[in-house]
Amino acid sequence: MPEPIIRTEHLSRFFGTVKAVDDLSLEVPAGIVFGFLGPNGAGKTTTIHLLLGLLEPTKGQARVLGFDTRTQAEAIRARSGALLEFAGLYERMSAQDNLDLYGRIYRMPASARRARIKELLTHLELWDRRRDPVGTWSRGMKQKLAVARALFHHPPLVFLDEPTAGFDPVAAAALREDLARMVAREGVTVFLNTHNLTEAEKLCAQVGVIRQGKLVTVGTPDALRARTGGPQAEIVGRGFTEPMLATLRERPEVAHAELHNSHLLLELRGESEMGPLVSLLVHAGAEVEEVRKGKASLEDVFLTLMEEEHS
Amino acid sequence: MNDIWTMIWKETKDSIFQGGWSALIRPLLLIGIMGIVLPWRLGHEWLDLDPLVMVVVLYIPFIVIISFIGDVIAGERERHTLETLLASRISDQAILLGKIIVTTAYAWGTALVGLLLGLIVANLSKGQGSWQFYTQIDLLLEALALSLLVSLLGVSGGVLISLHSATVRQAQQLLIVATIVLVGGGVLTLKALPAQTLSSLSASQFWLIVMAVLAILDAILLGISLVSFRRARLILS
Repeated sequence: MPEPIIRTEHLSRFFGTVKAVDDLSLEVPAGIVFGFLGPNGAGKTTTIHLLLGLLEPTKGQARVLGFDTRTQAEAIRARSGALLEFAGLYERMSAQDNLDLYGRIYRMPASARRARIKELLTHLELWDRRRDPVGTWSRGMKQKLAVARALFHHPPLVFLDEPTAGFDPVAAAALREDLARMVAREGVTVFLNTHNLTEAEKLCAQVGVIRQGKLVTVGTPDALRARTGGPQAEIVGRGFTEPMLATLRERPEVAHAELHNSHLLLELRGESEMGPLVSLLVHAGAEVEEVRKGKASLEDVFLTLMEEEHS
Repeated sequence: MNDIWTMIWKETKDSIFQGGWSALIRPLLLIGIMGIVLPWRLGHEWLDLDPLVMVVVLYIPFIVIISFIGDVIAGERERHTLETLLASRISDQAILLGKIIVTTAYAWGTALVGLLLGLIVANLSKGQGSWQFYTQIDLLLEALALSLLVSLLGVSGGVLISLHSATVRQAQQLLIVATIVLVGGGVLTLKALPAQTLSSLSASQFWLIVMAVLAILDAILLGISLVSFRRARLILS
């Protein structure tokens, strides 16, 4: 079995009495986009800081790309790229100078830097504005440039901390598309911090959910959906009564049933047929207008997990 | 060494040549006063490097630094560029030394240009047709060394202040206060010395002593800056 690109064992970082990261044990396989999901202040940024060796853990340990974050942080930073909470671009410098700086930092030869600048800026449709000071660019363009900077030196691992935070939905979707294209093209492993569930759903092969510094769960989005709840159905209509609900709850294919106004929400066991359930309701006197079947979204999973933890 | 060159390249691009004309107004104004107005009025006295001239030569780098140094670390922190830089492979020392070298060279360069321009203007103001260099070579060399040491003092002190300031404005205000304290302390020390001690020294000897004091202060502040500039600490601040 290949060595995971990131492995943490009981990793913890406390700031006084605040447990920013608490007993985090995690493995991230190579070649995937790993989404680290959590609400604001859950400990996501601190985790990236720990994995990059920018902060010392209070307890536990982590290995990134096979290197110990405590003693070999420089080797980790030399082989990874990062887009942290802010784009961190030099706004008085041009786009090509911003990229060139990081190429120099990672000791790329001048010819390789020139070629890479052209390749990335062309790919992201920024080439025509390469000589403009970055400060004159839109926020979306800056963020695309920051992604390019993180990937510039061909790192095998990239850390992205909330890359679409604060963007309007259209800009976020566009950046997400660029991100997906770039990641697929470069074949890198991505550790993606996000509280945007759509982002995680679209980009990530695996997700970990963190809350108040503790890892709540980890797995593929499908596995998480299955763990939190099976397929769901929503029946819209009139005349739903408590006895009908009780009958439904007794059915083997129904795991859970509840009524919200004229919406009957069912959680099903396995891929059940809806026909017998609908006919049961109709025979009992209900009027059914619409039946919708679907899977729980990652958002449902996330909210359930947050509620479970809270309770 | 490669990394220090990278940081020098970056600082030159980001801070000196990309600030536009507005960033050059203050040094140009200072060079104008130091290299044109004063030499024109003083003439011979300028070429003799009178004490007033020496004070001006030492004062100019400090003013350049005050307007510049706050931006070097506090500014990077304010603009969130420092965090990204710290997440890269470049070493703490390379980041700091790159900043110190460029800022010192900029401040010292302003003083050197002022001295060179002053030489030309003072000769023109004499109007006697014959070209004259600075009359006391030993004092000139001391002026050059002193302005370098003062630049380094301002920069290393400024870096320390900038490190502990949340914003550029705060760093500049603190640096102004530190300058007043330093100059005031220097004047009070001179006043406290017995008059005999001072009068027994030649100008050259006096400035040599000042140089020695500055060199010690430079070494101390530079050492503290290098120790204070640590990733783990900066990322938390």
